Amino acid sequence: MQPLAISHYSVVNCLGTGAQAVTGAIRERRSGLVPCDFETVALETWIGRVAGLEQVRIRADLAAYDCRNNRLAQLGLDTDGFAGAVAAARSRYGAVRIGVFVGTSTSGIFETELAYHRRDPSSGALPPGFRYAETHNTYSLADFVRRYLALEGPACVVSSACSSTAKVFGNAARMIAAGICDAAVVGGVDSLCLTTLYGFHSLELTARGPCRPFDAERDGISIGEGAGFALLERMPAAAGAAAMLLGIGESSDAYHMSTPHPEGLGAKLAMTRALESAGLGPSDVDYVNLHGTGTRSNDAAEDRAVSDLFDAVTPCSSTKGATGHLLGAAGITEATICILAIGHDIMPGSANTRAVDPALRCNYLVANREGRVRRALSNSFGFGGSNCSLVLGAAA
Amino acid sequence: MMRAFVEGVGLIGPGLQGWAAGRQVLAGAQPYRPAPTAVGASEWLPPAERRRAGVPVKLALAAGQEALAHAARDAADIATVFASSSGDCDNVHHLLETLATPERQISPTRFHNSVHNAAAGYWSIATQCRAPSTSLCCHEASFAAGLLDAASQIAIDGDPVALIAYDHPYPEPLNAVRPLGASFGTTLVLAPRATARAIAALDVAFVPQKAAAAPMDDPGLEALRAGVPAARCLPLLAALARGARATLVLEYVAGTHLRVAVSPCS
Repeated sequence: MQPLAISHYSVVNCLGTGAQAVTGAIRERRSGLVPCDFETVALETWIGRVAGLEQVRIRADLAAYDCRNNRLAQLGLDTDGFAGAVAAARSRYGAVRIGVFVGTSTSGIFETELAYHRRDPSSGALPPGFRYAETHNTYSLADFVRRYLALEGPACVVSSACSSTAKVFGNAARMIAAGICDAAVVGGVDSLCLTTLYGFHSLELTARGPCRPFDAERDGISIGEGAGFALLERMPAAAGAAAMLLGIGESSDAYHMSTPHPEGLGAKLAMTRALESAGLGPSDVDYVNLHGTGTRSNDAAEDRAVSDLFDAVTPCSSTKGATGHLLGAAGITEATICILAIGHDIMPGSANTRAVDPALRCNYLVANREGRVRRALSNSFGFGGSNCSLVLGAAA
Repeated sequence: MMRAFVEGVGLIGPGLQGWAAGRQVLAGAQPYRPAPTAVGASEWLPPAERRRAGVPVKLALAAGQEALAHAARDAADIATVFASSSGDCDNVHHLLETLATPERQISPTRFHNSVHNAAAGYWSIATQCRAPSTSLCCHEASFAAGLLDAASQIAIDGDPVALIAYDHPYPEPLNAVRPLGASFGTTLVLAPRATARAIAALDVAFVPQKAAAAPMDDPGLEALRAGVPAARCLPLLAALARGARATLVLEYVAGTHLRVAVSPCS
């Protein structure tokens, strides 16, 4: 693919609000995970919760979109000067030339979960004032972002579970290559809700303590929430870009709805296609940010794929011990962590991992490592066997 | 503007039982007689997945299989774009009901079926296809979003794509706030070049101006088009059925539309 500039980006999750806060947490090897205190949830699990969402006020003209997911979206757009950067791009290109391709898995379903607790006792109807299109519907996020940023180009939501916000880079890259857009806002949001907390628990995939990716005693995921956005532009229009999108690879496992292919076949295909699309080989990659959820099956399958492809040499780590698993927002969150790694020449060590599973072969970082990161690969894999890998590089 | 060639069509909806029969209705050669959508489980799915699959998965597989057979393409090789407003609506309702009980004991199968890309997941298991696949939502404009994405894949990647759009109504109480008319599924197998199997060329353009789609002539078909996001494809399918040149408006996100020019291949 033709490389694209990532001219601006923003990130919000349990590590903090903004790139500086997240970088600081990574440097200090701090985890944002805490015992679950969300809603009235009574599960023995830890979560990565964004503080202060309950106090966020949605901009008045978009009050109909008020829900946890869109509050988190607004927080993300207001962070790191992102909305301002988009406004500048809007005056440069025109509002109709900027697309919005964002991802979420559960959108504003938390509103509907609460509404189902307040159904009319006789008719069963949802409470008055419940707004389906603006909150629950999966498109709500793109609709909100597009209106918040006053953009008038093409838009849609990609919702492919935990690969969603990696895959959006592909939608945007194609639309820019096809000449439909000059720039695009990508990224997305996922927020805490009952469906995912109780759902992953029902599959016995939630860790009892903070998740420990690649640890010999790993026992599942910690669910987190967060937002991340990136502004993609054609080179060389974007001078002083933060990083570049060099390649993207997508694949399907064709194996099982909630378990990865045990040999990591789909994962390996996604990484291979991403490298092909970037015109690079495995030795050109300095750091791999793993999907690394902390489940026994994901880490084992991903380790096989990564070790095979990178000869178990390239430094790699999961950052989910710090952030939790942000599900639909994992792709953009970890893409921004790769941008931070490239910008600061730091490869994050895996928070909460005590002893790496000796059965796993990849060069897994438990401690932070300093060193030149020119190119990083980020993996995001989801339910339904949906896989996506991104290759990011330093700005030229 | 992006060009794609239609090689195969799949259709399943109320009174539209397959493209072979449905095209007669859409071309105006047969009257439209609405009847509940009849869709069974696909024999492509392994038995365990066949038991777990909800109606949307069945709609996607039925329409997809028909279109790929029509295009004489192997499903194992073809990239897919799935588009739906609301995914598996029965399933999400059951989850929400359970989450409103004190125990909140939801079923793991219901949980993994709740992802918007469930149909894509079942599809890849059924077809053993490891090609890229995406699952999009654009509320009312989900079909248009899917068509635009599929057309951009054809233009940039140069590989054929199956666009699979489906919708299935919610039960109450969500039906009252988001009525989705009927169960409906469609598939277009799109290719970058004109093969011997090509039925028509589509020239797809994004237009950043508001425009309204023309209604279907038949009031029953118009109710279906207006009531189900996936059925916004009906004017396009009707043009393919008639085999005549046409230029259509597909309403897209606020303030925009797609202009689709249909040119039959002789």
